Amino acid sequence: MYNNLKLHIINCLNENIRFDGRKNDEHRKITVEYGISKSAEGSARVKIGNTEVIVGVKTEIGTPYPDKPGEGTIMVGAELTPLSNPDFENGPPSIQAIELARVIDRGLRESEAMDFKQLCIKEGEKVWLLLIDICTVNDEGNLFDASSLAALAALKDMHFPAFDGEKIDYKKKSEKKLELKEEPLSVTVYKIGEKYVIDPTNEEEVFVDSRLTVAATSDGTICALQKGGDSALTEEDIDAMIDLSIKKTQELRKHL
Amino acid sequence: MNRPDGRRFDELRDIEAKAGIIKRADGSASFKIGDTIAYAAVYGPRNLYPKFLQNPEKGVLRCSYNMMPFSGSGERIRPGSSRRSKEISLVTQKALLPAINLNEFPNSVIDIFIEFPQTDAGSRCAGICAVSIALAEAGIPMKELVAAVAVGLVNGEVAVDLSKEEEDLGGAVDIPIAVTTRSGKISLLQMDGMIKAEDIKKGVALGKKACQKIFEIQKKALKEKYNTQ
Amino acid sequence: MSLLIKDKDIVVPGEELAKGIEYSSGYGTYKDKEGIVASKLGLVNIRDKEISLVPLSGRYMPQRDDVIIGQIEDISFSGWRVDTGSAYSAMLSVRDATSEYINKGADLTRFYDLGDYIVTKILNVTSQKLIDLTMKGPGLRKLVGGRIIEVNAHKVPRIIGKAGSMVSLIKENTNCKITVGQNGLIWIDGSPADELVAVNTIRKIEREAHISGLTDKIKAYLEECCKKNE
Repeated sequence: MYNNLKLHIINCLNENIRFDGRKNDEHRKITVEYGISKSAEGSARVKIGNTEVIVGVKTEIGTPYPDKPGEGTIMVGAELTPLSNPDFENGPPSIQAIELARVIDRGLRESEAMDFKQLCIKEGEKVWLLLIDICTVNDEGNLFDASSLAALAALKDMHFPAFDGEKIDYKKKSEKKLELKEEPLSVTVYKIGEKYVIDPTNEEEVFVDSRLTVAATSDGTICALQKGGDSALTEEDIDAMIDLSIKKTQELRKHL
Repeated sequence: MNRPDGRRFDELRDIEAKAGIIKRADGSASFKIGDTIAYAAVYGPRNLYPKFLQNPEKGVLRCSYNMMPFSGSGERIRPGSSRRSKEISLVTQKALLPAINLNEFPNSVIDIFIEFPQTDAGSRCAGICAVSIALAEAGIPMKELVAAVAVGLVNGEVAVDLSKEEEDLGGAVDIPIAVTTRSGKISLLQMDGMIKAEDIKKGVALGKKACQKIFEIQKKALKEKYNTQ
Repeated sequence: MSLLIKDKDIVVPGEELAKGIEYSSGYGTYKDKEGIVASKLGLVNIRDKEISLVPLSGRYMPQRDDVIIGQIEDISFSGWRVDTGSAYSAMLSVRDATSEYINKGADLTRFYDLGDYIVTKILNVTSQKLIDLTMKGPGLRKLVGGRIIEVNAHKVPRIIGKAGSMVSLIKENTNCKITVGQNGLIWIDGSPADELVAVNTIRKIEREAHISGLTDKIKAYLEECCKKNE
């Protein structure tokens, strides 16, 4: 029946009518909400269909890396909470959570979305650390796109907390916002059989042969890639998937 | 003496409750009280493995309390369970057990997950209030809903539903209690601070009354979900 | 001595339904010192001085003689372990699966392989929720092709309709083959566009199950959808 059901899904994709009626290259309804957590310095909630992800940014003071004394840094974590999917479990981060966090991290870091120099407080001694945490609330597929959108939205929402040179006062937010030079976003394109699909549901995710996450800046420059899934891709696949992803990333931007 | 936010001593912060917020779960709810927001999801009854955990007489109830890393009032909270979250998970389970009938589900488990995107005191109580709605939505047989609230001393006087600001005042006492809303029993009782025995009595009485108000809100949340369908 | 709710009201656990001893307590309710109280989220049903509840939610609980759609999750020497869409998996023994003679150690995947969906009947449920299934009976079979959707098991009677009227209505209007399991799993097979209409119709019934005049509403909905598809 696994093969049976897969054939059935492929038949539907061939007619460009997915199980929920969408076209192969169509996202479900997307909403972005800013400032959903007062305890975070920046936060956002993204819903794609019933999939819901929230991202919060906390700030801390740390010491810079010796090789980059004038730069602060970011760290991205992801919690695939057991609240959001009956298959997720409590415990140390699963490999899926680690991959998700690292792919989002790469998109933000490699696009040079923010100048890490603005996170320097005193060269060689004190820098800001931005701790970006992705938490899933309801997983009905496509955590990659939802997390990418929510992480960027949370950074856009962020205000530094009040800081007197010694201690952070988390109760007070300052006027100072994070300056973003680029706004990297990713759309993951999935291959099921010979068809390319975006924004899969849980049901479709089971039958994915391969996937390609493409993070791009607003002018379409690619800043990170991640190939996933058990099957290999041809060069034609890669071209087509990158094109589709960049096109869809531009559409995704309208929701910010 | 007044409370910092101008509330009366028996006045709860603003509450919003909603049932069915997590579609994948068998039952779910959100419960916001002041600036504390709890999400609860119920999965089950479902298979319980490894087998030695199974109870042939009745279902097992498991609770997990977790704060999202950015939901605390200070620095980021490291993900994963802590001694604090484990203890709260335990007392949450004990707070709910008297209300739930698990006899229909031998050898299986009902899993409860509570997550907080934002907190400002009273999180364990908000979690219990949310779970109670979620369990009912999951169709689990229950004698009654459980409501919970913290009572304590603010500026030396007994008050309900302390905010973080009030907790941080000198000499504040925090007494989280849970009440079985039909039979009026106390299923969670903890205390931090120093207090006279008579003030505890006063506090518990005040808390019981407040829990009846919370029950009305829980009831409304469940009915709204099904009336609008 | 008074009723505190009306027939068809939605009530929650711990809500008092009637005071005194005039009414007796039925499914989903219990009696305490003061009166009758709900023990589930449900719709009130008052018949002959008995108050009971029709549950609105909750996972499927396996019951003897139910015809369900199950999925093969494991294969052993003597038969198959089947996911019933509930807290309990069930056993289908070789003896109850076929009247064919099967040698010990034969390859059982020839009949039902891992992941296969089957229409099967519950033979027996013990107090410890050990469940036996059978494939002997009309309509019991392996499902080939099509797709499976999951609905709230408590809405299954509405989806089937009186003597199967509702599901027949959907079948006729969509040209889909449909099998509804008591456990809330539904198998649908047709063209992609037709299946979509069938799924949307079933979801609509699931959402509006307690609204009166549902059949007429569904008829109108199906006609509208089919017009669009043509």
